[in-house]
This record gives sequence, C-alpha cells and structure tokens, in this order.
Amino acid sequence: MATGVAAWLPFARAAAIGWMPVANCPMPVAPRDNSKRQDELIILNVSGRRFQTWRTTLDRYPDTLLGSSEKDFFYNEETKEYFFDRDPDAFRSILNFYRTGKLHYPRHECISAYDEELTFFGIIPEIIGDCCYEEYKDRKRENLERLQDDQEENKDMKMPNMNFRETMWRAFENPHTSTMALVFYYVTGFFIAISVITNVVETVPCGSTANQKDMPCGERYTVAFFCMDTACVMIFTVEYLMRLFAAPSRYRFMRSVMSIIDVVAILPYYIGLVMTNNEDVSGAFVTLRVFRVFRIFKFSRHSQGLRILGYTLKSCASELGFLLFSLTMAIIIFATVMFYAEKGSSSSKFTSIPASFWYTIVTMTTLGYGDMVPKTIAGKIFGSICSLSGVLVIALPVPVIVSNFSRIYHQNQRADKRRAQKKARLARIRIAKSGSANAFLQSKRNGLLNELLELTGTEEDEQKLTKSTSLLESQHHHLLHCLEKTTAHEFVDEQMYEQNCLETALQTYPSRSPSISSHDSSVGTCCGRRVKRNTPLPNASTPSAHPIPTHQGPLQELSAIHIQCGDPPSHSTSRSNLNLKTDDSGRINCKGGRITTAIISLPTPPALTPDGDGLHGPPQRRPPPPPGHPAVPSIQTTTSSAGTNIVKVSAL
Amino acid sequence: MVTMNLEGLEMIAVLVVVVLFVKVLEQFGLLEAGYDDSVEDELELSAVRHRPEGLEQLEAQTRFSRKELQILYRGFKNECPSGVVNEETFKDIYSQFFPQGDASTYAHFLFNAFDTDHNGSVSFEDFVMGLSILLRGTVQEKLNWAFNLYDINKDGYITKEEMLDIMKAIYDMMGKCTYPVLKEETPRQHVEVFFQKMDKNKDGVVTIDEFIDCCQNDENIMRSMHLFENVL
Repeated sequence: MATGVAAWLPFARAAAIGWMPVANCPMPVAPRDNSKRQDELIILNVSGRRFQTWRTTLDRYPDTLLGSSEKDFFYNEETKEYFFDRDPDAFRSILNFYRTGKLHYPRHECISAYDEELTFFGIIPEIIGDCCYEEYKDRKRENLERLQDDQEENKDMKMPNMNFRETMWRAFENPHTSTMALVFYYVTGFFIAISVITNVVETVPCGSTANQKDMPCGERYTVAFFCMDTACVMIFTVEYLMRLFAAPSRYRFMRSVMSIIDVVAILPYYIGLVMTNNEDVSGAFVTLRVFRVFRIFKFSRHSQGLRILGYTLKSCASELGFLLFSLTMAIIIFATVMFYAEKGSSSSKFTSIPASFWYTIVTMTTLGYGDMVPKTIAGKIFGSICSLSGVLVIALPVPVIVSNFSRIYHQNQRADKRRAQKKARLARIRIAKSGSANAFLQSKRNGLLNELLELTGTEEDEQKLTKSTSLLESQHHHLLHCLEKTTAHEFVDEQMYEQNCLETALQTYPSRSPSISSHDSSVGTCCGRRVKRNTPLPNASTPSAHPIPTHQGPLQELSAIHIQCGDPPSHSTSRSNLNLKTDDSGRINCKGGRITTAIISLPTPPALTPDGDGLHGPPQRRPPPPPGHPAVPSIQTTTSSAGTNIVKVSAL
Repeated sequence: MVTMNLEGLEMIAVLVVVVLFVKVLEQFGLLEAGYDDSVEDELELSAVRHRPEGLEQLEAQTRFSRKELQILYRGFKNECPSGVVNEETFKDIYSQFFPQGDASTYAHFLFNAFDTDHNGSVSFEDFVMGLSILLRGTVQEKLNWAFNLYDINKDGYITKEEMLDIMKAIYDMMGKCTYPVLKEETPRQHVEVFFQKMDKNKDGVVTIDEFIDCCQNDENIMRSMHLFENVL
C-alpha cells in the first residue's frame, strides 16, 4: 500500500461499516492504538536550519530514518529537537518527499551528493517521481561512465608474466607501450599512405613519350609500380599474419572488421598474381583493382577520429534508415508525377519512371545537373515542389546524427582528458599518502627525542620539541605504532627501502654473516641474521630538516639496526620470527622487530610477512636515531665494522 | 487572349499552388483561419477549487472536535489540493488499499454514498459528514447509511439486482487468489442468504424498516457496528 495515502486509511476503515450488514461471520477485533499521542510538531534542525513538520507526516514512511525510531539517535535533549549534521539544501527535497509523497531530484545538485543523502535518510532512489527520474538516471549513468573510464585505464598496466604472444598483441593494440610497437605503427602507417598514393598516381597521365597519346603512369612505369605494390602487400601480409598469430582469440579476430579490411586489401594482389595472363578475366581483374582502395580504411587503426565516425554511423543506423526510407518514398512519388506531367511534351527526357528517378534525386538533393529539365507547366510546378521537399526531408534526420556524433566525440574527449589528468590525480594521492606517512615518522622521531630528553633531563628542549599535533593525529600515530609493535616490524621510507633492496642484491653471497653474528653476543645474533635478510639500512638522511643533527654513515645504520632489534624471539605471533635462530639468549637489549618496509597507507595490508617481504611496497623513511645514547656492545654487521655507538631506545 | 487549356494534371498543379498560396496568406494573418473557439478552448478553466465552510460550522454539524477536524482536513487537503475529490481520484485512493483485487466498482458505490448532493465530487463537508456518521453516529444512523449505500438508485428499496451488484463489487475486491476459490455463483448465493434474512415479507425487496429491524436483532451486526469507533 502506498504510504502516501495513509491519511485516508481511517476513511477506508470507517467505510468498512458498509460491509457489516452483509457479513455472516463475526469480525476480528480491531487493533488498539495505544500510543494515543496527539499530533505534535517535530523540529528537525539540519545544520542550523530548522524544519518543522507534524509527527504523522514523518510516520508515513516507517522504513526510513525519519519515520522510524532511528531518528531518536539524533535527538538532542537540551533543545528538544532532532539535529542532523547534513546539507540543509538537500534535506529540503527529502522532507518534501514526506510531505507530498513524491521525491524530486533537484537539478543543481551533484548526483553523488544527492545519492549519499538519500542513503543516509534511508530512502531508495527508485521512488523518485517520473518528472525527475529520467534526469536522475541520466546523470547517474554519466557518473558511472566516468568512474568506469578510471577502472579501464588500470587494465592497461603491464601485467607481469606475459608471454611473447600476449606482449605482441598488446604491442599491436597499444602502440605506445614499447618503442618497437611505435616503430611498427608508424611504418605500417607510412606504407598504407604509400600504397594509396601509388594507386592514385598510377592513373595519372604521364607525359607522352614517343607515343601518340598520353599514357597513365601505371602503364608507363609498370615495373616500378609493380615493385611498389609488391612491397606494400608484403608488409601488409606480414602484419596481418603477425596479428593473427598474436590474437588471443583467432576466430574472433578473423571475424572483426579490421581484419576483413586487411584481407580485402591484400587479396586482389594475390588474385592478380594468379591470373595475370588470362585475358578472359581481365575485366574481373580490373574490378579487383578497385578493392585496393580499401587499404585506406586501414588508417582507421591509426586515427581515432575515423573510428568515432564509424561508430557514430553505426549507432545512427536507425536514423539513416529512416532518411533512406523517406527519401525513397519521395523519389517514387515525385518521379511518377513528373513522368506523367512530362508525358505530353515532345522530346521529353522523361522516358520512363525509372528514368525520372534520376531527375528526382538530382533535384531533391538540390544538385540540379540540368541534363533533365521539365518543360511543361505542370512539370515545372511539381518540379519546384520536389526540390523544396527534398531540402526538408534531408534536413530532418541530420541533427539527430550530428547530436549522436557530438555525444560520442565528447565522451572520447572526456576519456582523454581523464587519462591526462590521471597522472596529476595519482601524484596528488601519492603526496597525500606520503604526507601522512611522514607525519607519523616525524612524530616517532619526536617521541624518540622526548625520551632522549627525558634521559638527559633537559626540560626546555623537551618543550621545544613537542610539536603540537592534533588529537586525531596523535591517535592515528598511536594506532600505527601499535601495528608496528604487533608485527615486530617498523615503517621505513622509500629511499631506505630501495637501498635495502640494492644491498640485498649485493649481499646474496656472504652467507657467513649469520654465523659471524651468531658468534657474537645475543644482540648480534638477532640483528646480524636479520641484517642479512632484511638488508641493512642505507645511509639515507632525512629529507626534511629536523632539529637534531644525526650521524651519517654506518653508525647510523648500526644504531638504527639495533633499534630494530627489539622484541624477544618469543614473539611468536610474528611470522617474521620464523627464521630467527633460537639461540638468542641474553638478548636483553633487543626490543622491537625487524626492519620492514610496510606502507603507512591504510588500504594496503601491513607487512606481516616473512623476510622476503622486505621488498614489498615503497619503504618509508625511518627516523634516524638521535645520538648520544649510551652505547651497547657492538655488533658486527656486514656493512660496517665499527659498531660503537649503538643506541638503546626504550619503547616509544 | 491566352486560352487556358488546362489538362487534368495541370489543373491539379494549379490547385496545389492555390492552396499553398492560401496557407502563406494565413501565416501573414491576412486571412482569418476561422478557428475562433480554439482560443477559448486554450483558456481552460483551471480545476474547480473549493473552500470548506468554517471550522465552527463544521464543528456544529458533525460530531468531531476541532482538533479532529483539523487533522482530517490536513490529510484531505494533502491528498487533494484542490479541495474536492472527483470519482477518478476517489477510485485511485480506495484501490490502493486493496491491491489484490479490483476495488473500482465498490469505490463507485461508495463515492455515490458520500456524494450526498450528487454533484459528481466529494467536498470536504461531504467527506466529514459521512465520517461523522460512520464513526460517531448512533447505530440507527450507521444502519441508515449502510442502507443508503446498498440502495443504488436511492428509491428506498433494495432490490435483488442492486444487492447483487454490491455483492459482486465487494467480492471483486478480493481478487482472484482466495481460499477457497471464488466461484461464479458465490455472490449470488450470498445475496440469497442476505435476502432470506432481511426480507421479512418476502416481497423481493428490502425496505429501510425491514433492514434496521433485522440488523438490530442480529448480534453479530450490532457488535460489528462498534468496531471502528476508535479509528480517529
């Protein structure tokens, strides 16, 4: 039952008294309305703008937010009103829906914002009234297309492990993926042009030599043209065969339009080869040469505009069909009339109705060659009517075709624009992500500094360092820190990560290092081994200036590494400890996990993976440790020998 | 002097030219088309608006309180902003309550019962008077109203045909999917039962007195009359 007419339910129930005398059985008991509330005004405060309505108005649609008890969550006790922190302009149409039962879509509203509002208030968009439904659907479709364009671009990214065939196919379809493909693209384009020009020039009369009349160049320089033709056809054949080989679905490729054009373009040559000397079929041979002109269609692979045109014509098939049909009708009518009108006049060119077709077509398209002209008065009158109507009939479907073309063209342009802007968009996203990551690392640094200052006891410096981060930020950083502690890994930045990777590659050999480190103190064990697998940290310095000068060089690495060696191996939750040697007793000073290279950006999963994961994702910048901490027994690492200043850092 | 020997086709051509000429003159306004009434047709009078009598008068005429009248009017005007309900709208609204069947016939009878002055539209006064009887009236008044509903031609007698029409209309509201399955003769049988009960003197019609008498003696009917009293 449409809740819009809920107001009439009391009436319908009252009218049911009309059935009572007719009924033979007793009636069921009526439900009691216990909540005998008086109809009251409800105040809805939407971002400061107060809307007021009756309670029963809202109760009409009990499966929405405002109609159900869900709105009690938004009730403000002090002001006795319901407060919603939403857009008041969009709320207008939503409240009007309750009042009138019809949901309208305001045209100036952004479609996604409106959708969000509807979802928030629990109203399904399908009940938008007929007056606004079309517009809503159109806008929604446009939006979807826009988002789809984005996703399709991602498919272009190079997939790993493509075999030769797939690489070739991709090179054919997107020439800008590799230089070879680009070269191939231009070469084929060049040869198509050459072939077309050859076909054209072949028929131009060259200067006459000793002969009486002008010969076309084709007959004069037969050999040259034949060589040219052969070269072009060979290139085309090779190209076609390569495409056929590389196509993922050969059957589908052979059925596609482009492949048919290719075949039609090169077949005449081969057929000509076969039957050059047969005089009987020379007529057919000449006809076949006409098909050589189809080579020009091969350009459509090279030009997007051509493809758009073709697509437009295909999509306007119905309009074109209508144009053709109406033209045919008009032609037949006028041809008949003209024939009978001109029948009387002598030496009339209008010998039959089909002969008059030619006159009608020429007149309707306003060509007017003048080879057939009416002489009688009636003929002239009907002829002029014919030309006037021709203009109208042809002009009618044209705007439809034009608008179709315009729409498709703009769609394409929009796709190109998005592709161009994609880089900027991605860069923006990346900056935002790295900004957030840097903030975290910076705060960790500050945390370290705070500890340092606690140890050294300088109060003023501490206060200087305490950067005022917002509560949100500090909570976020705490969360990331908890993650670090959970996985016993730490966030680092990209540069360090890359250097790690490089050095891992360099250090594939020294497998002795674990044993070396195992001879060391327990500290060395855990760190040494980890150093081997996780690649020691490079000597990267922080990009941004920070208040405390850091040690460059291997010392930093050591201390850095040592910071990593935090958690005791009994941290069995972390898989990264799997290849930890168990004989790390006495690892008193070791806390914390390994060096990881996880991304701080939240969507990607944390690097809770074994060693090999050191290569995942862009690494984050690690904070260089502040100097001045008491040294701990040196560890021997593969990168440096002077393991003096090892920093002991208490938990952040 | 040029003798115009017009042959058939040429005559047609000349006629066509003349017609076109006339059309062109019409465009210039030199020839009146002669379709004067079309202008007035354009200015169709907008829908009849109706304003009800004052609140006090309605309060006096019906048994509703002021607040109840306010609520009723608001609901009424929301659905019918023009202030009157015509039969189409009435049928529409009533049909929404019975989605499974076809309520249009019964709605038609109901409309006639509410439209006491028979002017083809139910104004707010008609609406509220009818409701007043149904919800707040005495049993006598209610039975009167029901009799009025059944008596389609308002001649004071319910004939079997009228009752059959009403019965069919009621059964139509049930629709097709019922249990047990509705048969063709079910309404007729129901009418027979009804007439057996109501028609005391077996003259084939039921008068108002027979009706009221019979209903007052029937316990079921009496009880059901009070069923909808707390609707508003």
